[in-house]
Amino acid sequence: MYYAAVIAILVTMALALIRAFIGPSVYDRMLAANVFGTKTVLLIAVGGYVLSWPAFLDVALLYALTNFVGTIAVMRFFEYSDQASCDVQDGGER
Amino acid sequence: MPSWVDLISWVCFVLGGLLCITGGVGLLRFPDFFTRVHAVGVTETLAAPLLLSGLALQLGWTLDLVKVVLIMAFILATNPTATHAMARAALHGGHRPVIFGEESERIDSEGIDSEGIDSEGIDSEGIDSEGMASGKMASEKSTSGEGPSSKN
Amino acid sequence: MINVVLLGFMIMVAFAAIRMRDLFAVAMLSGIYSFLAAGLFMALDAVDVAFTEAAVGAGVTTVLFLSTLRCIDRFEVQEEHLIERRRWLPVVVVLITGGALVYGMSDAPLMGLADAPVHGHVSQRYIEQGPIEVGVANMVTAVLASYRGFDTLGETVVIFTAGLTVLLLLGFEDKPTQRLGRNASGHHLVLRVVTKILLPFILMFALYVQFHGDFGAGGGFQAGVIFATGFILYDLVFGSDDTRQVVPVRCLIWGACAGVLLYGGVGVTTALMGEAYLDYNVLGADPVAGQHIGIMLVEFGVGLTVFSVVLLIYEALAGRRCRPCQKP
Repeated sequence: MYYAAVIAILVTMALALIRAFIGPSVYDRMLAANVFGTKTVLLIAVGGYVLSWPAFLDVALLYALTNFVGTIAVMRFFEYSDQASCDVQDGGER
Repeated sequence: MPSWVDLISWVCFVLGGLLCITGGVGLLRFPDFFTRVHAVGVTETLAAPLLLSGLALQLGWTLDLVKVVLIMAFILATNPTATHAMARAALHGGHRPVIFGEESERIDSEGIDSEGIDSEGIDSEGIDSEGMASGKMASEKSTSGEGPSSKN
Repeated sequence: MINVVLLGFMIMVAFAAIRMRDLFAVAMLSGIYSFLAAGLFMALDAVDVAFTEAAVGAGVTTVLFLSTLRCIDRFEVQEEHLIERRRWLPVVVVLITGGALVYGMSDAPLMGLADAPVHGHVSQRYIEQGPIEVGVANMVTAVLASYRGFDTLGETVVIFTAGLTVLLLLGFEDKPTQRLGRNASGHHLVLRVVTKILLPFILMFALYVQFHGDFGAGGGFQAGVIFATGFILYDLVFGSDDTRQVVPVRCLIWGACAGVLLYGGVGVTTALMGEAYLDYNVLGADPVAGQHIGIMLVEFGVGLTVFSVVLLIYEALAGRRCRPCQKP
């Protein structure tokens, strides 16, 4: 049963990876990266239990955190780099 | 460990795995970004707790159980937030959903609320006039590979 | 089996990253790559390395890449004449290097072989005497903070120097120009609420990693990075102004110095108390207690420095005034 779950997660990772490669827009890649991160968390949680890796849950927790911060960062900086830098200049910054 | 606990956890594992793959296929096959967000956001938010609760049932009353519950809570909090934020960023960045069988004039005149595609909770106050004006590069679905999707 | 699949994914990601011209996508792919690398480290039982890779590679590095990309061109420029003329040179270099590596690999012992040369040197001592001499459950922490304290001191100084270099090169603006509040998602209510709820737990987790490093995975370095990640998340959602009110830049500079000084100070203290530099045995009543105190202080110094430097670099990059934008 565990192996079924692990294989399912790996297959999903592969699908997300394909979407990250071909994704037409940046948002698609963003989404694929986010999915990939979540799947890594699940892979480490489930696979760590099956293969009895040490301290796997600490790492999984850290991954969940990192994934969230990474996604937010990508979103914010992408938004910012395209539009808001001109807004700031218009706002009389310099 | 009594066997019905095993049984429940196995059911959780199988369901979670199936949901994972469903989301992955949806991510790959759906036509535009918003439907992909829909597919992945919904299935993943259910799949992760299912898999983790299957794991938690196997772990028993240990410190690891607390960590699993923490991970579950974390994913439950962050995953919908992240997908929501992405959908909203895409909408604001001039990305428009592809609506089949309709002309693009209707999209511009009626906003995006027509087909229920925004089931991720894109609140419509994010669409200001600037976003609407730049929304003409909306349905560049899969044409320009690395093209800038929102250059105003 | 998982190793093979993860390695295959890694190779695919690497090739895709090479072929792409959109640097945003490449930054995202490098995040995926770090996730894969960390998963591979987990599969190889290197928990502490996986921890570091997850905290630094997938989190902070991606954020730093992105904040740099904000100020430079998004698309890679293809220099035709360069490619035409010197196409063969990199290929030859790569082939020679790769061939040498593969040739060298044939002599290397198998992974996990007990009588490999690496294990004949000092590992025996670490593994057998470590729990007795240092009394710390996590062997990595024992080696890192106690046996090889000099190396770790050097690494801390390296991090400090990195922060110093970034400060010297980029400098600081008194008023951060990053007005995220003016941005569309500046008033992103959902994001704000969730961040506010999560932040205490993130900082808690960092402290757990800091003080649990003696027993499980983690330590000062990872804790510092996680702590900084929490603040970076706050900065991303609430803007630079708020972050600088919570942690002023001056505090960060002082913190970076204080961490290194604390580490070095522990060494000077032990030297003054009549032992070798960074020999913690004299700090406590008995050697093991002394080791505990020493490792805790040293790890705290590392954590402080790493936290300050990571946040400094981030602030220097993200709060930077970009080149003037061209009006469309």
